[in-house]
This record gives sequence, C-alpha cells and structure tokens, in this order.
Amino acid sequence: MRIDLPRIGTWEAFRTAARGALSEGLPPEDVLWVFDGAPQADLFGDAPVPTGARSPVNVPKSFVSLAETVVWHADPERFARLYALLWRLRDRPALMADRSDPALARLREMEKGVRRCAHKMKAFVRFRDLAGDGPRRRFAAWFEPTHHTVEPTAPFFTRRFADMDWLIATPDVTARFEAGALSLGPGQARPDLPEDGAEELWGTYFCNIFNPARLKVQAMTSEMPRKYWKNLPEARHIPALIAGAESRVRAMAETAPTLPPVWAERAATRPAPVRAVPGTLAELRAMAAAEPPLPGRGRMVLGEGPAGAVLMVVGEQPGNEEDMAGRPFVGPAGQIFDRVAQGVGLDRGRAYVTNAVQRFKFRERGKRRLHQPPNRTEIEHGRWWLEAEIKLVRPRLILAMGATALHSLTGQRNGLMQRRGQVEDTPLGPVFVTVHPSFLLRLPDAARRAEEMALFTQDLAAVARLMDRRAE
Amino acid sequence: MPLTLQQKLAILSDAARYDASCASSGTARRDSRDGKGLGSTEGSGICHAYAPDGRCISLLKILMTNFCIYDCAYCVNRVSSQVERARFTPEEVVTLTIEFYRRNYIEGLFLSSGIVQSPDRTMEQMVQIARTLREREQFRGYIHLKTIPDAAPELIDQAGLYADRLSINVELPTDASVAAYAPEKNPGTIRGAMDKVREKRAAAKERGHRGARPPRFAPAGQSTQMIVGADGSSDATILGQSTRLYGDFGLKRVYYSAFSPIPDSSAKLPLIQPPLVREHRLYQADWLMRFYDFTAAEITSVTPDGNLDLDLDPKLAWALAHRALFPVNVQRADKALLLRVPGFGTKTVQRILSTRRQRTLRYEDLQRMGALMTKARPFVTLQGWTPGALTDSADLRARFAPPPEQLSLF
Repeated sequence: MRIDLPRIGTWEAFRTAARGALSEGLPPEDVLWVFDGAPQADLFGDAPVPTGARSPVNVPKSFVSLAETVVWHADPERFARLYALLWRLRDRPALMADRSDPALARLREMEKGVRRCAHKMKAFVRFRDLAGDGPRRRFAAWFEPTHHTVEPTAPFFTRRFADMDWLIATPDVTARFEAGALSLGPGQARPDLPEDGAEELWGTYFCNIFNPARLKVQAMTSEMPRKYWKNLPEARHIPALIAGAESRVRAMAETAPTLPPVWAERAATRPAPVRAVPGTLAELRAMAAAEPPLPGRGRMVLGEGPAGAVLMVVGEQPGNEEDMAGRPFVGPAGQIFDRVAQGVGLDRGRAYVTNAVQRFKFRERGKRRLHQPPNRTEIEHGRWWLEAEIKLVRPRLILAMGATALHSLTGQRNGLMQRRGQVEDTPLGPVFVTVHPSFLLRLPDAARRAEEMALFTQDLAAVARLMDRRAE
Repeated sequence: MPLTLQQKLAILSDAARYDASCASSGTARRDSRDGKGLGSTEGSGICHAYAPDGRCISLLKILMTNFCIYDCAYCVNRVSSQVERARFTPEEVVTLTIEFYRRNYIEGLFLSSGIVQSPDRTMEQMVQIARTLREREQFRGYIHLKTIPDAAPELIDQAGLYADRLSINVELPTDASVAAYAPEKNPGTIRGAMDKVREKRAAAKERGHRGARPPRFAPAGQSTQMIVGADGSSDATILGQSTRLYGDFGLKRVYYSAFSPIPDSSAKLPLIQPPLVREHRLYQADWLMRFYDFTAAEITSVTPDGNLDLDLDPKLAWALAHRALFPVNVQRADKALLLRVPGFGTKTVQRILSTRRQRTLRYEDLQRMGALMTKARPFVTLQGWTPGALTDSADLRARFAPPPEQLSLF
C-alpha cells in the first residue's frame, strides 16, 4: 500500500492516513510512505487509501504531540518510523513512558532536531524592508531551514508581526502574510531583496556589544552554527571581531590609567540639582499644583496659615477629607486638634498648619480609600516641601505631631512617648514634640482615651504658654 | 559636530556590554493577533544572535546615556573615565527598538543608563521611553529596565507597569566593597528598592474584593548582577549573598559577571582578569542551589578556603568529598539522592523515575536518557554495571581533573 503525503498540510494528511491504516490493521511493512512524490501508478496494486471508518483507534496523547513534531523532520523514514511505533503502541501504550526504548529514543532525537530547527528559524529569520507606500509596512526574508519547519513555525510569526505584511521565502515552502491572512505556497529560489539600511545599524550594534576580553568562539558556533551565517547580516563581521580581539585586550592592558577629564570633578561634586525654593508661599503653591498625579496617592496638599506665623504645626499626611478639600487638618483629627487648641487658647488662624508628607497615601478597598503610613523614602521626598515651607514661614516654634512629623523634622522617629512634651533643638529650629490627634481617635478604651486627651491638652497648653513667653 | 545615530549606537552599546543579563523569558504571554500592535512574548525567550564572546543577543541592550555623575571604580562609564560620551533622545531609542524588532533582530529592549542630573530625572526619562513604546507604539515585546535605586518610589512603581523585568545591581558581594569601590551607592538603598519591587509584585498578585486583578507588575520578576573578582570576596561569600537575595527578595536570577578589564580602567583596580571559569563555576553552583536542593554551605564546604574548585564542577567536587554516600542504586534511590549524582541532570532524573516504573534499567538505558556516564560511572550501580573499587579509589579525582600543566618559564 502506497500512501502519498503532501508537502503542505503534511501533519493532517499523515494523521488521517495513519489512523486509517491502523484501524484497517495494516502492518508497518505493508505501508510505503511517500512524501511529496509525483503521482504515479502504484506498483503494489491500487487499493484505495484507508479512511479509518471501520473502527476508532486510541493513541496516547504523548504520541500525538511527538508525531506532530516529527513529521516535519527531513529524514525520509520519519513516517515509517512513526507508524512502526504506533503499531507497537497498540498493545503497549505504556511504551511512551519508556525513555530508553531505542526506536522511541530515535524519534525523540528527531523531535528535538525539529524543535531546534523551528527555534532557530524563529531566531534567525531576518526581514528586509520592502518600503512600499501602502498603509501596512511590507517586509520579506530568505531563510534555509534544515527541516520542513516553515509550516509549523509560521503561526509564531503571525502572532508576532500581525500589523505588517511579510513573506518568508525558503527552498521548501514559502509563507506569505498579507492583510492578516497567512498563506503557504511552494518553495522558491532566493529572491532579490532590496538593501536595508537597518542592517548596517544592526551590524554596528553586533560589533559593539561584543566583549573582546572574553573570546569564546566555540560557545558561539554551538548555538549559531556556520550553516546559518550566510543569511545573517551580522555574521559578516565575525571574522574581523575574532581576529582583532586579542590585540584590543592587549591595548587595554597596556594603556596606563588616564587622568579624569576636566569636567569630572565638577560633575561628581555638583550636588544633585536641588530645586530652588521660590521666594513666596504663592509660588510654592503653584509649584505644588504643577506636580503630576501619582497612582495610589492623593493630590499635593500644602499647609495653610499666615506667612509670618510664629507657630508651625506639622502632622503626618493629608487624610481622605483633606485630600478632597485640598486643605490640611479638616478631617476628624483636624477637628480634635482645633477643639483642644481653642480650649487652651491657641488660635489656629495665627498658626501655619501643614504636614510632613504632602500627598494622601491610600489603598483602595471598594469605594473606601484606606490610609497607608508613608515610608522612609516618601518622608524624605516630603521633607523638601516641608523645609521650603519652614524657610518661607520662618516660625519661631514648630509643633511636631506624631512619629512621621518627628522623623521628618529630627531624623529620628523612635521614642515618641518619652520625647513628648519637650522642646528639641534642630537645624530647622526648636521643635515641640507631641502625639498625633488621630492617635486619640483610635484608642478603643474610653478611660484610656480620656487620659491621653488630658495629656494632649496639657502638651498644647505648654505650647500656648511657650508662645506667650516668646511673644513677650 | 553632533554624533550620528550610528556613532551613538556604537558608544552606547559598547557601554552596555558589561551587563550580563539578556534573558527574555518567563513573562506574561502577549501577542499582536488583533493587528493593532507589534510583538509577542511566549514564555521561552529567543536568542537572535550570538557574539564571538559566546553570549547571546536577545535584547537591544543599550544605555540611554553614558554620562554619569557617579565614580564607581569598576565601571567604564564612571565620571573620571576618559571614555567617549553620548546620549540618545527617547525618540531614538524607541525608533531603534521598533525597527530592529520589525526585522526580527531582537526580542525587545534592555535599557540601562548612567546617572545624569539626578537619579529621579534619569529614571523619569527611562520610564518615558517604556511608556512611549507601550502606549504610542503598542509594542508588546519584552522590556527590561534597569532601575536606579535612589529614584523616587513612584517612578519605580510606574516602571513596573510598563516593563517585564526590573533589575537593580547589587554590584559587589559585600557592603564593605560597595563602600570602597562605588562610594556613591548605598547597599541599604539598593536592598530597600529590591524589597519595594518584591512587595509591589506580591500586591499585584492579590485580587481585589470583587475578584478584579490589579495591573501586572514586572511579570518576569527582578534580577541583579554581582561583579566577581574585582574585590577579594571568596565564592562562599558570593554564594551566601546570592542565597540571601533569592530568599529575601524572591529574585528570578542573580548574574555573576567576571570582572573584565575595561578600556581606561581605574588605577584602584587589578588589571589582572580573574579566570572566566570562576564565573562559570559560580553559575553551576547557582544552578545547584536553585534546582538541585544544594545549600551554599554544602557546595563551598568542599574546599578549605571557601572558593570553588576551578578544575572540577561543584557537583563532582561535592560527590568526591562525600564518597560514603555512593555508589547510588539507580533503580531504588530516591529523587533527592539521584539529583546529587554527578552527570545526572534534572531531566535525566525525571526520565529515570518514569522509566524505572516500567522496567529494570540497564547501563545503556542511562546513556540514551542523556546521562553523562563518564562522570556518573563511579557513583552509580545498576543492572549491568557496578563501579567496584572505583568509587573509593585514591586517583578518582585525577581521572576528572585536567592534567597538570608545566608553568611557562616566561
């Protein structure tokens, strides 16, 4: 029985024919597989090709995936070998798990060869621009595969280069992709492709990414065998690179260390360009408004209060309400602060109220935006703005509320409870330490809350006394 | 005279060659079948060319600029070097990437940069390039961004949304050597940035309360690179550092780059090149730690000075020092022990396990399964083969080590 298999669509044809032959019970020695042969009179009789209508056959999945690859191998015996294995699998389906059966091992080796060839095709096809004037750009390539890998590999190129038209011509099969449709045709002779300026740039890249100090020619040729070189634009540079490597390394070693260029010291010692602090609070506000939005952060909320305020109050960061209002200390914590401050005679209208970090940091949970504490880097980024505000307002006392404000102003966040109620001297001026009013909001125990509230009131009263004394 | 694009490419790829990473694998699957974009990523990476140094070329690996305000002794772009300087505009990088990609030269872009003006400004421009590629050009290939540890966290957050992989180089194996050779870099900040990326990646995997997936963040993970041989660290120190990096920050890869003499090198550094084989042995040890359940201590305990044996691969060296465990019975030994046999890879072990359920293995079977029997022979026993006294013979090491060489007189 002679079974003809076409060059294009080999896999489907083989699958149907093998299924048919197996269900007919045709032993391997009675089947002659012919690949892409000229139609001719069958010397062995003209029985019709079996269709497999008689009985369904079951084949292990792993055989199907093996055969799907091996049919593209260049070995003319591949179909016979596959069918012979299929024949044996009838009564030993577990044979597929035997990694050392010689017949199966040979097929696995062929499978590996095809996989490698397909992989190399994905890697080494080099398109050239055909520079058409249509809406889609057009490219073409010439490639010489070792096995019949154009058909199984073409879908890869359609997934990758879907927005352009391309042609991969080979002596075996030609793949053409136009306006989103792939078509396969017979192989052809090498076409004349126009020169492409990008190849020179690519060659430049290839030569310069090469490190002459680590010449390993063997490692290169094992992965990029010489048979592919003639169709790779970059390969023409290889001989010169290898020849020149040794002298380049020697030259590097012999060159004495040079002196740094004249601009080096200036560049290295130049502090990272710091944005200059503007002259007025209004300009600072304009700068803040121009800051781009960030994901997961609110808008920039600067402080508010008179420019010459004697007291500056620094909190942690704007909360949800503050972010929506665009003003500091208007949420629940702000209200507590206002109430206590009023009680001890501190006038909020005469203080400059601001935050250590200017943006609300949150995590979204449904519609709610949950407050997230700022991390070290964010505090450092916020410090520039805070320092700018201090420079412009020039308060005589700064009230740091909570660990974040304390960290930003003194560089040290630990020991808030031991440090509260005292004034610390910092390069930014005297800082009075206390807790953040939101701390009072979070205490679940009413007795404890009253106790802490008293301490907070005591702290603010101390500030009020200090202000009076300083005002005198 | 302004430099041409070709001259810039020459300078800026020359400057990028010391970055070892070229992986383009392991990211989310994407393609452009909708016809509106360009490119695809499909799990495994593709090496489009190989340079004569044996390294694969998978990505367009370039620096945005090689101007730099830092003075790291090992780096060719340090501020005090006389190397020629150049700078790409973001548009030039985008064009090069797209045009190379369309011709199937590359899998994507690996963008790194010297620090100009400030870390934030530099990072911002790199993010801008990635954003243009993704949003304007609808580029769906691979993007690897080298992040700058001192840059604002928001910029790193954005970078992770556009890039497949982020990397931050730890540069040298110990904090002391970073302080000595790269005075402007802070190992604490580098680790902080890595931790931040790890955190973001973990957060991006968590679904919201309605089951919505947050946008992917650096789906191919993060990697780092260490220079080997520029300072005096032993291999034990280096591998200990790698273990910590893999464990603490969930890194995908740690790359080891043998310090290679650079043009116009700093007087601080040795001009002697460490043997390239040291780098190779470190990679072998790295593999043993990741896929063969070896610990760094086990691998380096074999030699007294904590450096790997340059003549033997680390697995063979370990087996020679632990001969009491061998020969292993291939038919019966458990997987963990099979993995420790020199000459058996993970695939071979998998094949042994599946075949021995079917039948008794013979010596020839192992050869067909891909085992390297020249190495494995003294350490295994199975039907048709027993090593006899070979396992314990005194000259076993000499059978594997390269023959001693006469030193040159000159």
